[in-house]
Amino acid sequence: MFKKDINFIGNRNKALIFSGILTIISIGSLAIHGLKMGIDFTGGTLIEVGYQKTADLTVLRNTLDAEGFSDATVQNFGTAKDVLIRLKPQEGVSNVELSAKVLEAINKNTAEPASVRRVEFVGPQVGDDLAEDGFLALLYSTICILIYVAWRFEWKFSVGAIIATLHDVIVTLGLFSVLGLEFDLTVLAAVLALIGYSLNDTIVVYDRIRENFRALRNKSTEEIMNISVNVTLSRTIMTSLTVLLVLVSLFFLGGEVIHNFSIVLLFGVFFGTYSSIFIASPAALLLGLSAEDLMIPVKEGAELDTRP
Amino acid sequence: MQNHYPLWKNLLVLIVFAVGIIYALPNLYGDDPSVQVSSTHPAKLVQEQANKIESAIKTAGFNVKAFEFKDGRILARFNSADDQLKAADLLRDQMSDDYNVALNLAPTTPAWLRALGADAMYLGLDLRGGVHFLLEVDMDAAAKQAEERYNDDVRLALRNEKIRYQSVLKDNGFIKVKLTSADDKPALLKLLAKDFRTLEVTEPKEQDQVWLTLSEKEVRDIKKFAVAQNMTTLRNRVNELGVAEPVIQQQGENRIMVQLPGVQDTTRAKEILGTTATLEYRLVDVEHDVQKAVEGHVPVGSRLYTERNGNPILLDRRVIVTGDQIVDSSSGVDQDGRPSVNISLNGVGAAKMGKLTQANIGKPMAVVFIEYKVETKVVNGQKVRHKEKVEKVINVATIQGVFSHRFQTTGLDSPQEARNLSLLLRAGALAAPVDIVEERTVGPSLGQDNIDKGMLSFVVGFALVVLFMAVYYRLFGMIANFALAFNVVIVVAILSMLQATLTLPGIAGIILTVGMSVDANVLIFERIKEELKNGNTPQSAIFIGYEKAFATILDSHFTNLVVAVVLFAYGTGSVKGFAVTLIIGILSSMFTAITGTRMVINWIYGNRRVEKLSI
Repeated sequence: MFKKDINFIGNRNKALIFSGILTIISIGSLAIHGLKMGIDFTGGTLIEVGYQKTADLTVLRNTLDAEGFSDATVQNFGTAKDVLIRLKPQEGVSNVELSAKVLEAINKNTAEPASVRRVEFVGPQVGDDLAEDGFLALLYSTICILIYVAWRFEWKFSVGAIIATLHDVIVTLGLFSVLGLEFDLTVLAAVLALIGYSLNDTIVVYDRIRENFRALRNKSTEEIMNISVNVTLSRTIMTSLTVLLVLVSLFFLGGEVIHNFSIVLLFGVFFGTYSSIFIASPAALLLGLSAEDLMIPVKEGAELDTRP
Repeated sequence: MQNHYPLWKNLLVLIVFAVGIIYALPNLYGDDPSVQVSSTHPAKLVQEQANKIESAIKTAGFNVKAFEFKDGRILARFNSADDQLKAADLLRDQMSDDYNVALNLAPTTPAWLRALGADAMYLGLDLRGGVHFLLEVDMDAAAKQAEERYNDDVRLALRNEKIRYQSVLKDNGFIKVKLTSADDKPALLKLLAKDFRTLEVTEPKEQDQVWLTLSEKEVRDIKKFAVAQNMTTLRNRVNELGVAEPVIQQQGENRIMVQLPGVQDTTRAKEILGTTATLEYRLVDVEHDVQKAVEGHVPVGSRLYTERNGNPILLDRRVIVTGDQIVDSSSGVDQDGRPSVNISLNGVGAAKMGKLTQANIGKPMAVVFIEYKVETKVVNGQKVRHKEKVEKVINVATIQGVFSHRFQTTGLDSPQEARNLSLLLRAGALAAPVDIVEERTVGPSLGQDNIDKGMLSFVVGFALVVLFMAVYYRLFGMIANFALAFNVVIVVAILSMLQATLTLPGIAGIILTVGMSVDANVLIFERIKEELKNGNTPQSAIFIGYEKAFATILDSHFTNLVVAVVLFAYGTGSVKGFAVTLIIGILSSMFTAITGTRMVINWIYGNRRVEKLSI
């Protein structure tokens, strides 16, 4: 199905330039616009209400404005009947009472009271903690991967895998920044799941490179990498396709709450696939990976290979 | 003999499969909307009460699906949530404080499955609706309260030991004892060494003074105890609220998570959880002039309070009875129809109360209602924790006769307030004030929506993958699909066995697992195709394909696993649920996609001449 002699490694500069530009745009956007953090990280109050009929946002906004909630943002959520109201931590008002006050305000002058679908309040302190935990999770998973890959393979592979993975993460975060999508806890979970996926893809290619280094001794590093990427290509694409299939289903049918989660993974899996083909191996090559690095017989693979 | 599994391996796969199905099965049965009635007192309900409640529900015309009485608890199952809510309202109206009426979703798992210990997964709040609170315990307040207690205790001990002192005051983190004469210092030091070993003693240059501080260990213990005590109190209060299957867990050093499934009235829940309300009984100081006290000359033995109507009142500094001596309380009305709280005291409290009322017949006594309110407000961009101790004299009455164990307190604003106060007194006081730092409420309609959407996207995603694999890998694809289904069964079974909480991100995790778990099979099948192309016979292509792919699968899945574990370690709430499904999914997919498919392939192709593989 897939052609098996594409010169991926020979064209590495094009891919590296393309990824370089993407990364710079992403970092630039992250630096200028930043991420639109959800209340999980900033603290604040979020109220989702449902109406029987299409909700009139202008009326809602005016009501909230008149009742003294001028900084409330009001928008539709999923359908025209559902409304999401967001409030920043309020000056001088206890957060505990805030949601009740807002509900009272919007139900004051309407014939049909809104039904509360969800209320979330996150205190500023909790938000800070969640953000810190999220950052630590990213940091520690990166370190764990570095160590594991260096142990199972070689440090140049390890750094290559991290470069490819971080590339995916940065580009995905960049997308969130450019499109102004909200970054909350579930999105963070998706980013971490993406790291796992992208690595999984990269490791499969590396594994084949390692195998071929030992099997094809008369070929150059570049050739071996190219052969390895090519023979694993159909697997890489097949797996990505199955994952993309379930993600498309989640994106369209999973509801609004899981929407951004699916976007991260849809986008991330696409780039994860791209990076394990175009970035991971060239990165290791640029670091000076050569056959000698893997010529020393690696013992730990031996006992595993005999198992079925 | 290539491609043949020994008997034990076949059996292993089949047994795992069978066990998986049994433990995953309860999830297919739904829930009955039901009402649970239990006693608010330690005594359990008896059959007679159960019969009464059953007939009350039946005479009201409700269609009861089943009525169960077990372990002193009554469970009435209904056919609709509407009936359930109405029946619960009816029962709440008819029954006194002694009964606890809670809404519940009772699983309909058949008895034979329950006998095997198979239960359905626990649905998270985002799927069943309810409230989630994260409460932060104010540790500093706990330490401060302890300091205050020590201050009083030291003063009391000095008096008892007849050591004369000028003052015992809290100042700058110290409890400063100033003696009347420096000669008493050795006696004081002896007393401290005997009865106050947890205090650290500093001797300043003033000879007549001794300064005391709480040792670091003591402060640590106090804080630890405050959290533990608060957990107990919160558990009591939640039980009083009538919530079935609440979750109360410590999170981190000083936070407590409370989840109340099915609760929609968050205002009441917040009121009950967050307030530290208690009562104190004090004698009224009738000897001194209130007006002078208001001007700033408060007599030494007294304190100035404000009555409900705003009038100032002087009360004796010494407390007769405090909230912790109250063992039981219930709300009701007094002879005049005013809301009241009936109080029962423990032995110590009763003895004190008896002695005092005897000595002071004809004198007025006041009831002080104390409430701690903690609020975090943002002022000038800074988070400011605002603590307020609200003390109100709710009632002043003349002592008519001697009483000790049981008596009544009136003066509350409404029956609701009386009910809340009696509930809070019964459940005990919080050792330290708490602050709600996170709140998430999910309405029941959204919960059902989330379940429906999660299920739909799961079914569609699964079907798409199955179709795709069958088309691309034909017979081998079908075998991979079997492994995929097997994998989902195992993931669900393990989650059920662990009684893990299923959340929406958890469902997303299972769906993601579906997409990823075919990866191992794709790796194997591509390898087999490659080996066939290299000129190997079908039999050896299968053999080598599995063998070579194994090392790759191990490495690639392991890195994935590492990330999932880190996610689990640092995630909270629903993110943790997602990580759990991911971890189980990765592990079980290695079993199903490698061992499971191999078994089927061996059955089909093993031990015979094969010309061509359907791959």
